[in-house]
Amino acid sequence: MNNKRLVNILFLFPTVFAFVMIIVVPFFFGLYYSLTDWNGVSPNINFIGFKHYMNLFTLPDFLHSFVITIAFTAINVILVNIVSFSLSLIVTSNLKLRNFYRAGFFVPYLIGGIVLGYIWQFLFNNIFLAIGDSLSIGFLQASFLSKPDTVIWAMSVVNTWQYSGYLMLIYVASIQSIPASLMEAAQVDGAPYLKRVIHILIPMMANAFTISLFLTLTNSFKLFDMNFTLTNGGPATRFLGTPVKASQMFAMNIVDTAQANKMAEAQAKAVVLFLTLVIVALIQVTINKRKEVEM
Amino acid sequence: MSSLSRLSQKGVGGNSRRAGRITLEAITIFLFILFMVPFVMVVLNSAKTSKEIIYNAIAWPESWGQLWTNISLIFNNRTVDYLGAFVDSFLITFLSLLVIVVFSAMAAWVLVRNHRDWAVWIFMIFVAAMVIPFQVLMYPLVRWMRVLGDFLNFKLLGTIPGMVFAYLGFGSSLSIFIFHGFIKNIPYELEEAATIDGCTQQRIFFQIVFPLLKPIMVTVLILNGIWIWNDYLLPVLVLGSNGAVQTIPIAVTAFAGAYLKQWDLILTSTLLAILPVIVLYLFAQRYIIKGMVEGAIK
Repeated sequence: MNNKRLVNILFLFPTVFAFVMIIVVPFFFGLYYSLTDWNGVSPNINFIGFKHYMNLFTLPDFLHSFVITIAFTAINVILVNIVSFSLSLIVTSNLKLRNFYRAGFFVPYLIGGIVLGYIWQFLFNNIFLAIGDSLSIGFLQASFLSKPDTVIWAMSVVNTWQYSGYLMLIYVASIQSIPASLMEAAQVDGAPYLKRVIHILIPMMANAFTISLFLTLTNSFKLFDMNFTLTNGGPATRFLGTPVKASQMFAMNIVDTAQANKMAEAQAKAVVLFLTLVIVALIQVTINKRKEVEM
Repeated sequence: MSSLSRLSQKGVGGNSRRAGRITLEAITIFLFILFMVPFVMVVLNSAKTSKEIIYNAIAWPESWGQLWTNISLIFNNRTVDYLGAFVDSFLITFLSLLVIVVFSAMAAWVLVRNHRDWAVWIFMIFVAAMVIPFQVLMYPLVRWMRVLGDFLNFKLLGTIPGMVFAYLGFGSSLSIFIFHGFIKNIPYELEEAATIDGCTQQRIFFQIVFPLLKPIMVTVLILNGIWIWNDYLLPVLVLGSNGAVQTIPIAVTAFAGAYLKQWDLILTSTLLAILPVIVLYLFAQRYIIKGMVEGAIK
């Protein structure tokens, strides 16, 4: 029995120690710093209470980031899931090359946000314009990254390209776990393909939808890397009568605030991001789980 | 697969079935090309001079020799040590994956095999922490790592061991969660028999349980590997943007910052960043896809 207890402690120690040091301790420091006047320069940190939180919702740049992050998330969740679900249907169909396609669609997921941000910046600003010029297509002749109302869509297209292949695999796993007899029985009864997808496949895949919606929701909310290298927050626009960055998402707003030495304000924003994520994730999972139960 | 392969057929006449199949094939090929265009454009334009790109970004390169010229420009660059970043990235990723896989598997096994409150609590805390966004931790973490490094008399900031330690902390949650789900389905009888035979707990784990984890290990390695290899914020905070230790994403941003709009160099640096990952994927794609699908719904 003694050996067992010793093994328990020794086996748990490395991960628990790293986890406490890297996540738990900084997390509570992070909560505390949001209630101080920490500026990253002065060594003295004084407690000032909820002042930063009171101020947050009067800051146009923060409000704007909050709003476009929600807009981006709404667009992105729908786009990514429609594309990845369609891809999962394609690669589980009877196409001869389905495994080749499956491997191919997954490739963009291997590329990090930083690198693909530059690649797509080049595509939007050079390739699409060159295509637009040579074929005289009007709407391609101005970069989608240069206009406040198209830049969010452009980011969503890039994110869809990156994540679809990964979510496709989650849907594929779900499709493969459905007994084929169900679909075959419906087919024998003469139900057309689309009807079978809507009435059998989608309800049976409720679990996969819960997972992929959760992943896309949280990832869209926390997006930073691609935002940073694709647009760096640009172009400039106006919001509530003040100049703001049109594509500066929530996470980037936090980083930019910290780089201006407003560390405590950045912490308060980050805590708001955390709370928003928790609330959104809880609502989404609760709704989806209820749907799963009904099936 | 084959059991579901008839889903897309109309099941009526042969003609409409064939028409449906051709339509599906056409749509798929179109989508596939769309997905691959960015890669093609990176390769084409990495083989051009800056002038050529500005003149015509969608043309075929004038000479492929320019690709080697661009690559040697990257590797011989004075401002950014690209080769060094390669080595550092490789070391950080490799060592982090090693400690994450071994230590997370050990912890998950202990948490599954002990039906006690403390085991449930530890597991719950690990899982709950997955919701914490990195932005809440990142600045306090850097400050704390400096303090901790002073206390342990071991430099954590700006070093590879510091990086690996941080990745173990961030990676353990998801990895323990995945291993936990898998170990639950391993029958206990094997271990019980070994215990009766007088086998120690550590031997049971390393000789019986650990080898059984191979299929799920692929999933854990891929998910963590993709994340660590491409990560930017954590390395830039721990290592700094021009410290002695660098990673590839930091090197690529350094290039883009130093050579504004010089797409020949920026694109070549992204091409070099992508290449090792793509090559690895081409060799191991069957295992990678299989591992990802198996680990997806657990």
